[in-house]
Amino acid sequence: MAETKTITLELFRYHPETDSEPRFQSYEVPYDEDWVVLDAINWIKDYVDGSVTHRWSCRMGVCGSCGMMVNGEPKLTCAAFLKNYYPFPIKVEPLVNFPVERDLVVDMEGFMDKLQDVKPYIIRDDVNDTSGGEYLQTPAELAQYKQYSMCINCMLCYSACPVVGHEDDFLGPAALALGHRYNKDSRDQGRTERLEVMLSSEAMWGCTFVGECTVVCPKHVDPAGAIQQAKAMGAQEYFKRFVMPKGAGATKGAGA
Amino acid sequence: MSHVSSHHHDVVIIGGGGAGLRAAIAIAEENPAFSVACVSKVYPMRSHTVTAEGGAAAVIKDNDSLEDHIYDTVSGADWLADQDAVEYFVNRAPEEMIQLEHWGCPWSRRPDGTVQVRPFGGMKIERTWFAADKTGFHMLHSLFQTTLKYGNIVRYDEHFATKLLLDDEGRCRGCAAIELRTGTVRAVLGKSVIICTGGAGKAFPFTTNGAIKTGDGMAMAYRAGVALKDMEFIQYHPTGLPGTGILITEASRGEGGILVNRDGRRYLQDYDLGQPLEVDDPRHPQTRTMELGPRDKLSQCFIKEMWAGRTIETKDGHVVHLDLRHLGEKKIDKRIPFVRELARSYAGIDPVYQPIPVRPVVHYVMGGIDVDSDSATNIPGLYAAGECACVSINGANRLGSNSLTELLVFGGQAGTHAARFAMDHPDYDVSALLAQAGDERDRIRRTYFSSPGKSGGERIAVLRKELHDSMEEGAGIYRDADSLEATCNKIAELWERYANVALDDHTNSFNTELTAALELSSLLDVAQSMAHSAVERTESRGSHQRLDHPERNDDDFLAHSLAFHREDGSAPRIEYRPVTITKWPPGARTYGADSGLKRE
Repeated sequence: MAETKTITLELFRYHPETDSEPRFQSYEVPYDEDWVVLDAINWIKDYVDGSVTHRWSCRMGVCGSCGMMVNGEPKLTCAAFLKNYYPFPIKVEPLVNFPVERDLVVDMEGFMDKLQDVKPYIIRDDVNDTSGGEYLQTPAELAQYKQYSMCINCMLCYSACPVVGHEDDFLGPAALALGHRYNKDSRDQGRTERLEVMLSSEAMWGCTFVGECTVVCPKHVDPAGAIQQAKAMGAQEYFKRFVMPKGAGATKGAGA
Repeated sequence: MSHVSSHHHDVVIIGGGGAGLRAAIAIAEENPAFSVACVSKVYPMRSHTVTAEGGAAAVIKDNDSLEDHIYDTVSGADWLADQDAVEYFVNRAPEEMIQLEHWGCPWSRRPDGTVQVRPFGGMKIERTWFAADKTGFHMLHSLFQTTLKYGNIVRYDEHFATKLLLDDEGRCRGCAAIELRTGTVRAVLGKSVIICTGGAGKAFPFTTNGAIKTGDGMAMAYRAGVALKDMEFIQYHPTGLPGTGILITEASRGEGGILVNRDGRRYLQDYDLGQPLEVDDPRHPQTRTMELGPRDKLSQCFIKEMWAGRTIETKDGHVVHLDLRHLGEKKIDKRIPFVRELARSYAGIDPVYQPIPVRPVVHYVMGGIDVDSDSATNIPGLYAAGECACVSINGANRLGSNSLTELLVFGGQAGTHAARFAMDHPDYDVSALLAQAGDERDRIRRTYFSSPGKSGGERIAVLRKELHDSMEEGAGIYRDADSLEATCNKIAELWERYANVALDDHTNSFNTELTAALELSSLLDVAQSMAHSAVERTESRGSHQRLDHPERNDDDFLAHSLAFHREDGSAPRIEYRPVTITKWPPGARTYGADSGLKRE
């Protein structure tokens, strides 16, 4: 019988109840070329060490749960195939720029607050009145924001972003892209109040346009492009509000 | 005994997927002074609604009618759906879909800006609204983002509910839940409760369902005394990727994809599903015909092809081919881009140039928590909606694109009714509920943390795998008395061994080995109700196909099965309740070009 191939996973371990600092633990895992890193972690948890702790669910790249650092890069572990690393060891760590709760699980409360901050919903008075049928939106209008609506909240972009790491109040790529998604939606009338939040702090201006967020995004959302466009939109809004006569520039009605 | 922390709200929702979030908004709108708790074992946008692809059904075209949607649903259900509920569902569907459109869902559009619809299996007219092929993703995120504007929706993210709490008068007043971050058991209390925890595909080894779909809410209601209804009806989706079970949406056939066997033959024509048209015929694909037949029949055809030796053998089992090549790159990228992404990543093939290998895969549980057409259970103050519930609009076979709409229609309805119940029954005795939550905390510690650990106990993954193998072997697409009996016996054995489950991890913080053990107990309960309900139903209907009883038997089984829980490990008691038939008497279930509603 042929010898079973294996691959080594080095997992970041940290338990808040027992560990004063993190450590790494190595596991030998059977190698299967169809397996992704997540399958290997699940195998360890199931058959070797039930205390290994991570998040996952859909295993098809859409629920956004299983983002981790794989050999130093932020990845969805359900889309990171072992065959792309074999025969070398794979080091798996929690997403950087987030506090660690336990092992590979990070604290995402701050991220959730930032999503809420950008008012990610349609703002207009008749939003609950369905009597007139659907709001019309042409395919071209849909295309204005569609790309920015594809974010799965996996937070890889926060781990890639050099600003997130040292500016706590930076809303960050995913939240800004989401705010921009609603600003670009022809059905929305809340751009002014949303931009107020997006532009209020050092937040958005803190983005140095490194573009790492766009590079690591598994869903091609292009947060860097969204932030750049939002900055331009913000400058325009500023101009309208303070330079134009009062009221002339209010963005009511269908968006541009 | 130390104190269990209590958290007081007006309505408690368990589950933060499509149905739970829709319910939350309905309550927040019904009574803005109400506080709504949303308890979810994951952050809401991780919920399994996120993976739904193809679309959501609601009549919108001028040439369509509510009656056609009703008839398609009732006949698709093999007449096991309650027709009053289906009527309510179909009538409410368009308004709910428009409401979600107003809340920002990026529906695909026609050039004039109106909503675009596509054909779907078993539906006579195109009525499936879609957002490319990530419809569930967009619906879930639109709903979740919309909830963020309501200050009165309070989320308990990553809280694992383990038990319903009932007051002295037998009303449901909340749940005990483990806060994952700390391991603390909390009592989340309210004047009424809605369960929206999704399905239980993880009772099977090969499923489109995510890891979280372990039937926890079904099991909680079942243990509290609510019947699980029609649990023998389990939907196999005909087109999953071999190996992973990743779903390739029915929309790929709605857009014109075809299924062929090892000889390149469109084999569905050999099974009373109508005659194929050439793929370049402008009338292709025809509704209720061939590849647009219902899921139960298409999955059964696959098995018959396999038995006849006409499928293709791979290292991940037998497959047939889903061929999309004639659609061309442009259409594939526009209408079903996620199919291309998934096939490339997980099957290593590009559907623009190669056919996709597919096989049937467990996808959906038609059965669930027994609720009436107001989404209410037999426990006052307890409601359920979404896949965990069984109204029933899905009967013996759900039509593709009805379940996403069901989340909205019945999630909203459950929210409204639970809010009204809370207004009418404001007072309850907190101390009794806290005592129950304390008992539940002690039970969890005693059951899972007092075992000796690694020395000789049962491993969760081992028991789970044996359950999986037994369900696939005995309770799959085709069953008989012997295969089901073997599965029932296996589950009884697994319950005995479950008492010896040993965890490696006895700590509090984010103990996902503990939650896996709790999930396994849910799966055992749910699987047991499935297998025993299937034993008792000695007929074949929809997705429940008995080799030893191949015919439908309306005289004895035009009725819902109701499985009642006894103590852990014993077989449930099975009863029956007649199906509600209003205007559409049971008839022959036919597919093919001239099938569907016949008008006088």
